[in-house]
Amino acid sequence: MINSVGRDIPDQVLKDTGMKVFQGSRARNAEEYVKAAPKVRAWIDPTESKMVADIHEALVKCGIKDGMTLGFHHHFRNGDKVVNMVMEEVHKMGIKDITICASSLGSAHNPILPMIEDGTVTGIQSSGVRGKIGDAISNGKLKGYAIMRSHGGRVRAIESGDVHIDISFIGAPTCDEYGNCRAVGGKSDCGVLSYAVVDAKYADKVVAITDTLVPYPNMPASISQIDVDYVVVVDEIGDPAKIATGAAKPTSDVRKIMMAEYCTQFVVNSPYFKEGFTYQTGVGGASLASTISLGEVMKERNIHMSVGIGGMASAMCKLLDEGWIGKLADTQDFDIDAINNIKTNPNHIEISGSEYANPMNKGSYVNRLDVVVLAALEVDTHFNCNVVVDSNGMITGAQGGHPDTAAGAKCTIVITPLLQGRIPCVKTDVTTVTTPGEDVDVIITEYGIAINPKRQDLIEAMKGVKLPFTTIEELRDLAYSMVGEPDPVEFGDRVVGIIEARDGTIIDVVRQFKPYEYKD
Amino acid sequence: MNPNLKRLRRTMMFLNCQKPGLIKDPYIYKPDSIMLDLEDAVAENQKDAARFSLYHALQEIDYHGVERVVRINGLDTPHWQEDVRVCVAGGCDSIRIPKVEHAKDVHIIEEAVRKAEDEFGREHGRILLMAALESTLGILNAYEICTSSELLFGCALSGGDYTKDLQTKITGTGVELNGARQLMIIAARAAKKQCFDTVFTNLDDMEGFIKETEMIKLMGFDGKSIVNPRQIAPTHKIFTPTEKEIDFAEKVVKEIDSKKAMGIGVFTVNGKMIDIAFYDGAKRTIDMAKAAGVYEGDL
Repeated sequence: MINSVGRDIPDQVLKDTGMKVFQGSRARNAEEYVKAAPKVRAWIDPTESKMVADIHEALVKCGIKDGMTLGFHHHFRNGDKVVNMVMEEVHKMGIKDITICASSLGSAHNPILPMIEDGTVTGIQSSGVRGKIGDAISNGKLKGYAIMRSHGGRVRAIESGDVHIDISFIGAPTCDEYGNCRAVGGKSDCGVLSYAVVDAKYADKVVAITDTLVPYPNMPASISQIDVDYVVVVDEIGDPAKIATGAAKPTSDVRKIMMAEYCTQFVVNSPYFKEGFTYQTGVGGASLASTISLGEVMKERNIHMSVGIGGMASAMCKLLDEGWIGKLADTQDFDIDAINNIKTNPNHIEISGSEYANPMNKGSYVNRLDVVVLAALEVDTHFNCNVVVDSNGMITGAQGGHPDTAAGAKCTIVITPLLQGRIPCVKTDVTTVTTPGEDVDVIITEYGIAINPKRQDLIEAMKGVKLPFTTIEELRDLAYSMVGEPDPVEFGDRVVGIIEARDGTIIDVVRQFKPYEYKD
Repeated sequence: MNPNLKRLRRTMMFLNCQKPGLIKDPYIYKPDSIMLDLEDAVAENQKDAARFSLYHALQEIDYHGVERVVRINGLDTPHWQEDVRVCVAGGCDSIRIPKVEHAKDVHIIEEAVRKAEDEFGREHGRILLMAALESTLGILNAYEICTSSELLFGCALSGGDYTKDLQTKITGTGVELNGARQLMIIAARAAKKQCFDTVFTNLDDMEGFIKETEMIKLMGFDGKSIVNPRQIAPTHKIFTPTEKEIDFAEKVVKEIDSKKAMGIGVFTVNGKMIDIAFYDGAKRTIDMAKAAGVYEGDL
């Protein structure tokens, strides 16, 4: 069945999953539904302890069995040790048919690979899968479909009951013996636990895993004792060097600086750049550079940002400290400055994944965004973006908050170089649609800027602005004129992954990887 | 006369022809000229590969009006003849001759270009020349060099080699380059040619770069050699007339044009006494503003 971005979703997939095809970003607006609820084990007896000796005991007490779904968060990024240590124990116990439902997975989780091959893990649901797990999924090694969801989409799936987490394991930088978790004050600080909040509220069993047990009460808690069943102390939950690096040095790549400068000029000339505007950006080189140059213009013109949303890094924190931003609504910390900043600046505030981006709650923060600056692996002439599947057809990225912020913001800007080596990033059709073009307003490349024709208001607003405006088709033609039009990526027949739109419908599927065959 | 002799050359960005990634699209940074280098940046055993890349770049890539200057290898090397043939066959706009010390150095290249143009069936006089002055002797012979050829549009200082010859070093104060800069700008102007300053290599010292560029602008230079795209925007800013300067120049040109008809030789603009001696300078300001894309008037 063809969906509203023109992708043919096989009937078999719809049958297997009971899912529907994507009908547009706002198709489910105002829909009413009843939220799911977890099974709760009452804790009336005050003499009972939540402390368990090790992960094995936690698994036993939680009633681990074949076919369960386990929840994890990715706040430790590539320094995460929690997923592997839990899964190793599950593996040792001979449990099969587990679905991992993580907010994201990366190359830190390469040790899971043999568990996919031997049937311990048969389902993966994540915002992204980099590293060997991505390769394994693309190569058809996972028994079921991998489901890729945005950060908001994961919360929606859990809250609406599309996925039910049996046990969630929450890596907590600090925790007390009754389960109050914080993301600061320990050995493996990650700043916030935003994406784990939904797990704590909706999983049947919740296990806090920490390497820093602190005296009761560990407050203010990101995850409260009322939602935690067991507490396990281990040696290390993460590798601090990989959780957060020092503040990224501003890029010296002139191409990125140039795109950042175009972006800043676009933003300041847009109708949204006024006192109290709201903003989000990523942490790529060009995004960071654009935050820095935007900050300079804010100071020049005495314009303040009321709130900065999403993942945080030093540039935004500096503007907060200097008084140019009112509040930071933080869901993830990308560098040590951001982690330190949330400890010291009371206007730097942790929000949950649902508050951030869930499209089916009563209104998330992304809905309040004026401008979001994003990146992409590929964009196409319909303004669709692909942030998950690389141009060879391999799963290699993550939706993260891309579809959420794009859908919420009044002005969605995507910065991408025109070419990556010999691969055009602006194409007629992206390999895989992960963010629909209806939610993308502006594409900025080093060669020119294209505004989505449906945004005639923006085109009008940019009249007389000295920026290299062009059309998306011209950008594509330019890219093709330099490196040629690439042959479409060839895939096998089997569907290995589902790209879920943030509202729970299918926006695209990923088929099994097939090595390129040269024609003679 | 080749119209490119007098074109705007505020920035000439060096790019190593050994690296195709650098020469594939430098026009996106909008320098006035690019300097496709076959000389010092290219390893001795990679000269051939660099020429190969250069030829294909010149043939295939649309540089969107950015002047394509090629720095060939010096006359004291075994490479320059082949370099010249590639420049002509590829169809570059100009050739920078390194280490020029005498007019005859320019004549040798001029002759080689002419021969190559005959070989490849190209029209004579399309490829221009510029001379790099890299020694004390070259500086002392600047006028002779500047007047050596009608195809030569100007000269450029190469500070590194020059200071070695002077038995000093680049100090950052500019004191070691004072004499050379003064001599060559005077010689170039006397010969009605353009004159370009040397590179500034410390990319972390943007303040120092701007100070030096402001200084050479005041000394009369037409532009500066650039080693990184980050240096382009500040240089163009320095070499672009301000709104006030454009406004004044416009008034001067218009007033002189109309007063001339009325037989008035001296008058005032914005309280300043003006006569015909201001005319060329004001015209130049307008031309510069036009070339920089900031002039919106009707002159």
